Amino acid sequence: MSVVLETLNLQRSFGALMVTDNVSLSIPVGARHALIGPNGAGKTTLINLLTGVLSPSGGSVRLDGEDITGVGQAARVKRGIARTFQINSLFRNLTVLDTIALAVAERSGIGWSIWRPANSYRSVRDECMEILTRLGIADEALRQISELAYGKQRLVEIAVALGLRPRVLLLDEPAAGVPSMESGRILEVLAELPSDIAILMIEHDMDLVARFANRITVLVAGAVLTEGAPLEVMADERVRSVYLGEALHG
Amino acid sequence: MTAEARSAQAGYAGATRYRWYEAVPFIVAIGFYFAMPDYLSLGSRILIFVLFALSLDLVLGFGGIVTLGHSAFLGTGAYVAGFIGAYSPVSDPIIQLLGAVLAAGLVGFLTGCIILRTKGLTVIMLTLAFAAILLELANKASAITGGTDGLSGIQVAPIFGRFEFDLYGQTGYLYCLGVLLVAWYLVRRLVHSPFGTSLTGIRDNASRMHAIGAPVYWRLVAAYSISAAIAGAAGALLTQINQLVGLDVLGFEPSGEVVVMLILGGVGQIYGAFLGPAVFLVLQDALAKQFPEFWYLGIGIGLLFVVWYAPTGLIGLISRVARRWGRP
Ligand SMILES: Nc1ncnc2c1ncn2[C@@H]1O[C@H](COP(=O)(O)OP(=O)(O)OP(=O)(O)O)[C@@H](O)[C@H]1O
Ligand SMILES: [Mg+2]
Repeated sequence: MSVVLETLNLQRSFGALMVTDNVSLSIPVGARHALIGPNGAGKTTLINLLTGVLSPSGGSVRLDGEDITGVGQAARVKRGIARTFQINSLFRNLTVLDTIALAVAERSGIGWSIWRPANSYRSVRDECMEILTRLGIADEALRQISELAYGKQRLVEIAVALGLRPRVLLLDEPAAGVPSMESGRILEVLAELPSDIAILMIEHDMDLVARFANRITVLVAGAVLTEGAPLEVMADERVRSVYLGEALHG
Repeated sequence: MTAEARSAQAGYAGATRYRWYEAVPFIVAIGFYFAMPDYLSLGSRILIFVLFALSLDLVLGFGGIVTLGHSAFLGTGAYVAGFIGAYSPVSDPIIQLLGAVLAAGLVGFLTGCIILRTKGLTVIMLTLAFAAILLELANKASAITGGTDGLSGIQVAPIFGRFEFDLYGQTGYLYCLGVLLVAWYLVRRLVHSPFGTSLTGIRDNASRMHAIGAPVYWRLVAAYSISAAIAGAAGALLTQINQLVGLDVLGFEPSGEVVVMLILGGVGQIYGAFLGPAVFLVLQDALAKQFPEFWYLGIGIGLLFVVWYAPTGLIGLISRVARRWGRP
């Protein structure tokens, strides 16, 4: 399968702390890739580098074989990279519907529309409702984000990213804080996505990882410890030792 | 509370249709015209500051840009309208107004491009700095601005060639009301548009807006420029009503007062920009002359009260009371 997103010897440090240490990662079209590793391993930082929130101290990021290391955040989104946040990052004064509509509107290029009322864009509203229905939170559409339980907000996080119709979806611990009943829902939604979307998911819950991923990368102290098929990686002694004391965290 | 106020106002599932209470400010303004013919100059001043506060609401209330230098645009509009009226053969008020709007919008765009690259306190400092620079420029260029004596000799022809500005300020008052009506309509459309919704998004969480691919910087520059243009219109009205421009339009006082007025009325709700200046200027007119030493103290305490007990301003307070009475 052809590679959609990859990094070559990617590096990033904060002061003396090397947080991304020569990471080379390659994500093919349709990937179901899990990124695991202990707290502070640099997983979120890697997503920030992939999305252009942070710029690397060395190495490069490529999309479709093209170097996008210097490309800004918004332009990367336009090219199909979407992410969710480890800690909910939503709009407390907006309704659930409007929150997702903002993403759908940017994607469909009406964000600059200054004259026509937002509520006259039927297709935007319909698309938002369709996404919310898929996530099982259509009933909450008109509620304000700040009134929603944290677990529901986690689902809105994903809904926003889906509103961008990404080719590459980067999920930063999507199930953290979601009741286990609903975390199954997240996997179902991901499974229903078109199979050519590449998904990279950071996740601590090994059970979810096992159900979701067909490939796992283990990051420790900023560097790739190992990468491979799930059974292979989970059987790896080094991974077990890293995770043994960590199994309960998340 | 704000939630309901806002969701009734804008968004992709919001209501765009006009509600009866949106007509109230204009009905009151017309009532004022007939009931208080001796106070039309105060009335015009209120309308002009409502326009000014409305322009501020766009950036502060919807874009979340905190500025203490909005008089830069009020002043630019005032002087440009004055220059056209004093130095060019163009005495048509509408053309002067449009010239002021364009010039202030341009200044807004240029300074916005710089200011909006920064964040937080730096933004405030830069807005202050640009206003101070313009004030100093106007002061130094006294040959054209008249310096501390003010700019006079401004020719303003009758509106549409028919309605002459009269001594009682009747034409001027209705003219201000007309301009305010147009600006209110534009701002209301903007706020209800996808653009307006994206501004609210930027105010609430700019980093998420980046993450959904919104050109956050340019959106803010656009909002800032539009706001500056509207403030420029308010400045042009001041010039045309008074047929004089003083340096104080570029001073700190209008910048500061308009922020106070807007917070008093309620930020980010359009109609707070109507209520705040009206309350502020009526109280000022009634009290500042008798108790000049207590006026600022009074306003300060009033403002503390509002921020403490009614964070959504007087307009928020009113809608809360109205809801308790069971009416929208
Ligand atoms: N902006 C920053 N400035 C300084 N240090 C940072 C910054 N962002 C992250 N770090 C540090 O980099 C390291 C990696 O952080 P990162 O958030 O990428 O870890 P993570 O693998 O996502 O961890 P977790 O599982 O807790 O989410 C941590 O030690 C963190 O303190
Ligand atoms: Mg993290």
